[in-house]
This record gives sequence, structure tokens and C-alpha cells, in this order.
Amino acid sequence: MHFLLLFSRQGKLRLQKWFTPVPEREKKKIVRDMTTMVLGRKPRSCNFLHWKDLKIVYKKYASLYFCCGLDAEENELLALEVLHRYVELLDKYFGNVCELDIIFNFEKAYFILDEFLLGGEVQETSKQVLSRSIEASDMLQEVCFGRSCLLSVLSIIFSVVL
Amino acid sequence: MPAPIRLRELIRTIRTARTQAEEREMIQKECAAIRSSFREEDNTYRCRNVAKLLYMHMLGYPAHFGQLECLKLIASQKFTDKRIGYLGAMLLLDERQDVHLLMTNCIKNDLNHSTQYVQGLALCTLGCMGSSEMCRDLAGEVEKLLKTSNSYLRKKAALCAVHVIRKVPELMEMFLPATKNLLSEKNHGVLHTSVVLLTEMCERSPDMLLHFRKLVPQLVRILKNLIMSGYSPEHDVSGISDPFLQVRILRLLRILGRSDDDSSEAMNDILAQVATNTETSKNVGNAILYETVLTIMDIKSESGLRVLAINILGRFLLNNDKNIRYVALTSLLKTVQTDHNAVQRHRSTIVDCLKDLDVSIKRRAMELSFALVNGNNIRGMMKELLYFLDSCDPEFKADCASGVFLAAEKYAPSKRWHIDTIMRVLTTAGSYVRDDSVPNLIQLITNSVEMHAYTVQRLYKALLDDISQQPLVQVSSWCIGEYGDLLVSGQCEEEEPIQVTEDEVLDVLEGLLVSNLSTPVTRGYSLTAIMKLSTRFSSVNRIKKVVSIYGSSIDVELQQRAVEYNALFKKYDHMRSALLERMPIMEKTASNGPTEIVQTNGETEPSVPDTKLPPLITQPANQANDLLDLLGGNDVVPVIQTTLPTKPASAGGELLDLLGDLSLSGGPAPAPSVPISQPPFLLDGLSSQPLFNDISAAIPPMTAYNKNGLKIEFTFERANPNPNIAVITIHATNTTEADMTEFVFQAAVPKTFQLQLLSPSSNIVPALNQGSVTQVIRVLNPQKVRDVPVCPHLPHILIQFPDLFVLSEKFSAEGSYRVQLYIE
Repeated sequence: MHFLLLFSRQGKLRLQKWFTPVPEREKKKIVRDMTTMVLGRKPRSCNFLHWKDLKIVYKKYASLYFCCGLDAEENELLALEVLHRYVELLDKYFGNVCELDIIFNFEKAYFILDEFLLGGEVQETSKQVLSRSIEASDMLQEVCFGRSCLLSVLSIIFSVVL
Repeated sequence: MPAPIRLRELIRTIRTARTQAEEREMIQKECAAIRSSFREEDNTYRCRNVAKLLYMHMLGYPAHFGQLECLKLIASQKFTDKRIGYLGAMLLLDERQDVHLLMTNCIKNDLNHSTQYVQGLALCTLGCMGSSEMCRDLAGEVEKLLKTSNSYLRKKAALCAVHVIRKVPELMEMFLPATKNLLSEKNHGVLHTSVVLLTEMCERSPDMLLHFRKLVPQLVRILKNLIMSGYSPEHDVSGISDPFLQVRILRLLRILGRSDDDSSEAMNDILAQVATNTETSKNVGNAILYETVLTIMDIKSESGLRVLAINILGRFLLNNDKNIRYVALTSLLKTVQTDHNAVQRHRSTIVDCLKDLDVSIKRRAMELSFALVNGNNIRGMMKELLYFLDSCDPEFKADCASGVFLAAEKYAPSKRWHIDTIMRVLTTAGSYVRDDSVPNLIQLITNSVEMHAYTVQRLYKALLDDISQQPLVQVSSWCIGEYGDLLVSGQCEEEEPIQVTEDEVLDVLEGLLVSNLSTPVTRGYSLTAIMKLSTRFSSVNRIKKVVSIYGSSIDVELQQRAVEYNALFKKYDHMRSALLERMPIMEKTASNGPTEIVQTNGETEPSVPDTKLPPLITQPANQANDLLDLLGGNDVVPVIQTTLPTKPASAGGELLDLLGDLSLSGGPAPAPSVPISQPPFLLDGLSSQPLFNDISAAIPPMTAYNKNGLKIEFTFERANPNPNIAVITIHATNTTEADMTEFVFQAAVPKTFQLQLLSPSSNIVPALNQGSVTQVIRVLNPQKVRDVPVCPHLPHILIQFPDLFVLSEKFSAEGSYRVQLYIE
């Protein structure tokens, strides 16, 4: 996979993941092209497009378009499954995920994506294992935060006491 | 300094902005706050600020000043900081900035961290955006992690290794030992990523490919377990166990079995099993089937398996799901070359897909339909394709029209059908056809002598309907110019002849001249057509008037024509009838030859790509003799009177097509067209030294050929009555011990010249110089065209004859040689 984009019906970008090095200007152009092409598709068309030498696979989930760019040898039907799996992961994490969740918690969406795909390839095929590792990472974050909170509270108490 | 606002707060605030300007203002304010916070080196809130910056970056605002801050976050000990820091690095940094190299040390430390999630972060970042330098530095760490027993890290390390190999292919060997027991893992995550790693290595290195071939049995076993095993809740997708892994294994098997019989054989069973047992009700199953089909077609599978694969694709074509149909069409397109007959069986379904609503499917179906057209199904297929051409979107019309022309040319069952088909294309998609279709059609029409009346009638009727499609208009006006007399006399046999008067025809043509829809080229065509009708119609005065009007036209091209035609009326009226005579049959060379327009006598004829000559009237064409193909044998009916200036027949500056209108009038038919059993007349004995440079009228004799015992000499003189005609006498002598029987000398000239080959004295060249064969050739260059196009593709030797000859020789691929005379 070369890139994965999430954008809304109005063309606003919600997530962009690039698996190959692309200059900033080029990124903007690709995003523009993708949004124009995908948003311009008729409602009951097939989910595959051709763009330059890439296969573009897109799928609409509620108000969000999930769009990825593949090499010629990759399996488009499987790419649809990959997109679906990502949506399922988001759904499990946020509980009935909607676009607002992704807007307000974009960094979490990225973290989940980074557990699922690495370098454009799937790293884990089991939903349960993935969810467990995300939870564990979140826990680590909490602990970390808690620890620093505790430290700051303690220091305040000590300063008050002293 | 008050605490910076939280991320969610910022997002909420920005979303309340009603205009772009308002949003920009908010963002600028926040950016300023963030910048000052960065300057204060505030550790507590750095994470929050960078997160906000990332959000603003996603909205499209510049965020480069946060790059260094990301690095500081990565270096921090807090997991939260690291998480955001690495995310920022992946979003804001890329290998183009030198800043990213500063990360290398941090990543190295984190790869050795005690917490696996930190290690995971580092591996992820390296695997997504690591540059070549970073990869080189850190490959060792990755390799170490590839051997760990922690499956969480192992799977990430495998994909990181894939990235390293993509960036620095030389490091591939380094990972080889670690791959030893990757496939014996039970963990699906590790298995999957290992298969990806193996695939990458095999694709990049043939040595690796050979090395890993031995893994085929193991892969087959794993795949078998996946299929046979019962329900596994962890990896199940709609009843199929770990489809991601199945597809990846199939892909690896494809690469391993590609050109290897043994491996392919080892896979046959499992492929058949997957193909027959996979549930096809959901997309997942079809994804696996699709990959299976691709694998079967690529490896050296047995024919039964291939038929199974094509049948699966056929079933896909009938599926309701558009994606599946699309995928089937794409795959069939790939296999139509190798398994043509099998794909033919699904032709009717493919043709039905032409009517699909989806643009992508229509395009694939169109390409596939053209690939499937053959002599048997041409009529049916063409009907469907023409119907498609009628109703399709403009983006398809050009490609479809070209495809129809090509198919019609290759497989047309009859001339009338061919002409009808082309007419249909011109009337429905006329403005989308390629430029060379006009000369193609004109040439086709000229060659179908018996169809002239029918064609001109149909074209005339089409012109009455619609004059907006330029290619159609051009062809029609050309035909009316040529065959207007047939039109007016109502000679059509094929269909009901229409009653047309000369004035009506001239009305139509004049209408074209004045219409706004006509391009300048079209106007040129119609003016020429009107002029030609002056010899075919009786209303010459009207034509004279029209022509003289355009003598002062603003369009230079039109003006030139009109002036020259006027001159034709006034000063050269005696020549007019000969000049404007019917066109002769044109030849065709291969349709991919270069063509060019030669303007002569003010009449621009579009260049015509040529094909094989129409069959000879007296003798069947003899394939062994290439030159015969070019010349049309010595029995071509003379078409041009030798003394008149040349009508510009079909142009074509191409070297291969130099026959022009070979006129062989007079004298008994020369030697019969038989293959030359003796060595063909070679001229490679000629050196390329130019002969003298003085411009004397007399040209000294030359030895044109002297090889293998055959010697041919040319002697030259100018003909007395007309000094533009050069008379070449050839003397052929034979120094070998055997007579050379069936000797035939042939020559070819560019179309603008005229060649007359008188009969030779004999066609046996006696042995040992006991006698010679003489033959006279008369060559006329009416225009003294100096500029002779040279075909760059074939080697040739040019001999410069001052003022009169340029001799060129061509060597054809088949090994026979041709002599070509050019006259300057």
C-alpha cells in the first residue's frame, strides 16, 4: 500500500498515512486528486479506480471515505477487507465509531492504524490480539500520566508542608 | 504563562469558525502561543502543543517549526511523549530533511528499551519512514529483534526488515539467517509478516528465490491447515480462517512456482482445493479465489487447473457484485493472450458487460471485447461494439473507434460490410476518430472498385443529413469529387439509386465551403472535389465561377488551390481531363509505416498508409519474391500515360513504398513473375563513393551490381524528345559456369516519378560471358523533386549522381534486395 486517506463528504481530510516518501507538495496534490476522483464517482459504481500506475480502492462508511493506493500486483478485493478490518478496529475501540470520534481523537486513530499496518502491510490478523495491545499501550500511557500526576501532587503537598 | 489549551478544546474552537478567515485567525493565534511555549522549553506541555500542531497540520497549515520538538518528545522518558513524538515524526518529517537523522540515536535506544511498546513504536517509525542511512545504521538492531521470541516484536521486526530491504537492497543477506524458522511459528501475526518478508526477498533476488523454493511444501501445509481447520474465533472473517494469511501465502506460492515445474506440481492439489472449497458468498471468499486464479495462471499449472481458473473468472462475470465483475474482466484481459479459446467461451457475458452502468467495467469490457474479436465472430461482435459506440461516453469513443477500425481491417468478411462499418463509425462518432482514418477509408473505397457507386450514394446521403463531423465530410467530398458521375447517373446496384442532379451535388459541395462547421482542411477537400467534377459534370461554368471566387480567399491554402485551378482552366485546359482523371488503385504497406502528405499540383492528397497490393489480375502473387509484392509484378495494368505529368497519386514518402504507379505500357508482357532461383540481384558491391561532381549532361556508365558472378551495368542517356526522361540500358552478364535462367530485373521509383520497363532481350543470362541480357528502362521525373525522404530504419547505400540520380539500395529483413532509383 502506498497511502491511506480518510476524508469527509465535503473533502476535508481526517487522516493521512503515507507509506512511501512523498514531497509535501506532491502529498497535497494526491489528496486533491483522490478527493476529486472519489467524490465524483456515481453512488453504485465499483470501488476500484485507476490513477497513474496505481490501483485506487475506496469505500464509504457513513460520512467518511476510506481511500488507499495500491501497487499493480496487490489484491484489490483483499484491500477492501483491510479497510473493513480497520473500521472494525475503530468501532471496537470507540464503540459505534462515527466521524466525530475520529476528528476529536485523531491521534488515537493513528495509533490504532500503526498497530494494524506497518510499512503498508498488515502486521496482525487477529482482532483480539490487536485490541489487547492497544489497550495495553493506553494503560501504559495512563500509568505514565498517573505517575507524573502523583509526583506533581506530592511535590505540591511537600511544598505546602514545608 | 497560563497552561496551553487542551487539544480537544482547540479542535472544538476551530470547528466553530464559520469562515475560512476566522479559522485562519484562530490558528495563527494558537500557533503563536505554541511557538512561545516551545521557546520556553516547557516540558510539561510540549506533548499537548505538538498534538495541537499535528491537528493544524492536518487542516493544511504549515507546522515545520514543530519538527525539532518532536525529536525532543521522542527523547523523553514518558510513554505519552514518545507516542506523540513518533507520530509527529511520521507526519512532519521525511527523509528529505536532514533533521530526521537526529532521530537515529533515539530510535536505536528505543529499540533496546525494556518496554515492548516502546520498542514497537520505534520499529513502527523506522518501518514507515526510515531513510536509507537510518536503515543502514539500524539494520542490525532490527535483525536482532527478528530473532526474538516475543511475537509482538517479531512481527513488527519482520515488516521493518521489509522496509529496510526496500530501501537498501544490499542488506537482504543480513536477514537470511533469521528467516530460518520463521514459518514454524504458530502465531498468525508473525506468520503473516514472515510471508511478506519472504515474498519481498524472493521478488528482489533470484538467488533467494531458489533458496526459498524448498519452503513450498511447508507453505502448502500451512495453507491446508488454514482451510481444513475448524472455526477459529480469533482469525475468522465471515467463516473463513485468516483470509489475509491465505492470500499472502498464495501470492508467495505464485512467485515460487512461476517458472518451476516441480514447485508448480507440488501446489496443484492445494490450489484445486482452495478453488473448489472456498465460500463465495462474501467478498472475502472471492478475494481468496481471485488470488488463487492469479496464481494458477502464473505458474506452470496443468490444463485442467487452468480451465478451472477461467471458469471461476467466468462465474465472477455473472456475479452481482460490481467489484467482482471488474476484477474478472481485468484478469481475463491478462489471460486472453495465453488462453484465448477458454476466454472465448465467456464472450457473450463479456459483451453484456459493455452495457453495464459502471465506467470502469465498461472500459475493461471494451478492451477485452476487442481482444476477443476474430474472423468467426466479427459480425456479431461488431454489431455489439457499434451499438456500444453509439451509446457510450465521449471518453470511450476515440478508443472504441480506433479499435473498430483495426478489427474491421483485420477481419472484414466483405468489402461492403467493411465500408458500411466504417461509415457507421463516422456517422456516430465522427468527431472522435483519429486523423489517419480519413486516408485509410479513402484508400479502402478506391480499392473496392465495384462499390464505388454504392459508396458515393451512401456518403452523399450522409452528407445531406449532417455536415458537422469533419472526417465524414472529408471522405464524402472526396468521393463525390471522384465518383460524382456515378452518383448523378444513378448507377447504384446495391441499393435503390437516388435521383440527384448535378446542381444539387454542387449545391452541397458549395455549402460545405461556406459553412461555419467546416474546418480549413475540409474546405480544401470540397474545393478540390468541385474542381474534379469539372471533368465529370457538364456544368463547367458554374464550377469555373466558384473556383475563381476562392482565388481571393483569405485562407492561403484555399487561395492557392483556387488560383491553380483557375490556371488549369485558363492555360492548361488541354491537360485538365487527364489531370483530374479517376484515381488508380492504391497500394498499402504495413499500416505502421510513416506517412506524409505530398503536395503536388496544388492537390493535396492525404497520405495513405499502404497494405499488400490487391491481387494481381493475371497471376497469383508470389510470396517468395518480395520485390514482386512491391512492384505488383510485371503484369500490372498500365495506369498512367507516360508522357503526361504525373497526377499525384497516393502520396507516401516512405522508402518501402516506392513503387508508385509503375507503368509498363507497351511491349509484350515481360518475364513472368516467378521466384528468382538464382541469387537475387544484389547491389552491395556498390561502394558509396560519390561519382563525379561535374554537372555534365552525359552520365558515365556504372556497374550497378557485381557479385556472385552476375554483373549488371547501367548506361545512361537522355531521351531526345524529352530531356526529362532518362533512358537506362542495363546489360547483365554472367561469369559463372551455369546459365542463369529466369532472370528478372525489377526497379521501383517514388510515386512522383514514372518508370517504364521495356521487355528484356531474354531472361536467360548465358554462362561465361557468352552473351548478355539487355533491358531498357525509362525514368521520368516531371518535377525534379530533389528532396527524397530516406527511411531511417533500413540500412542503405546512397550513391550520388550529380543532377540526375540518387541510387539507393535497401536490404529487407528477408534477405532479398531491392534496387531503387531516385531521380533528382
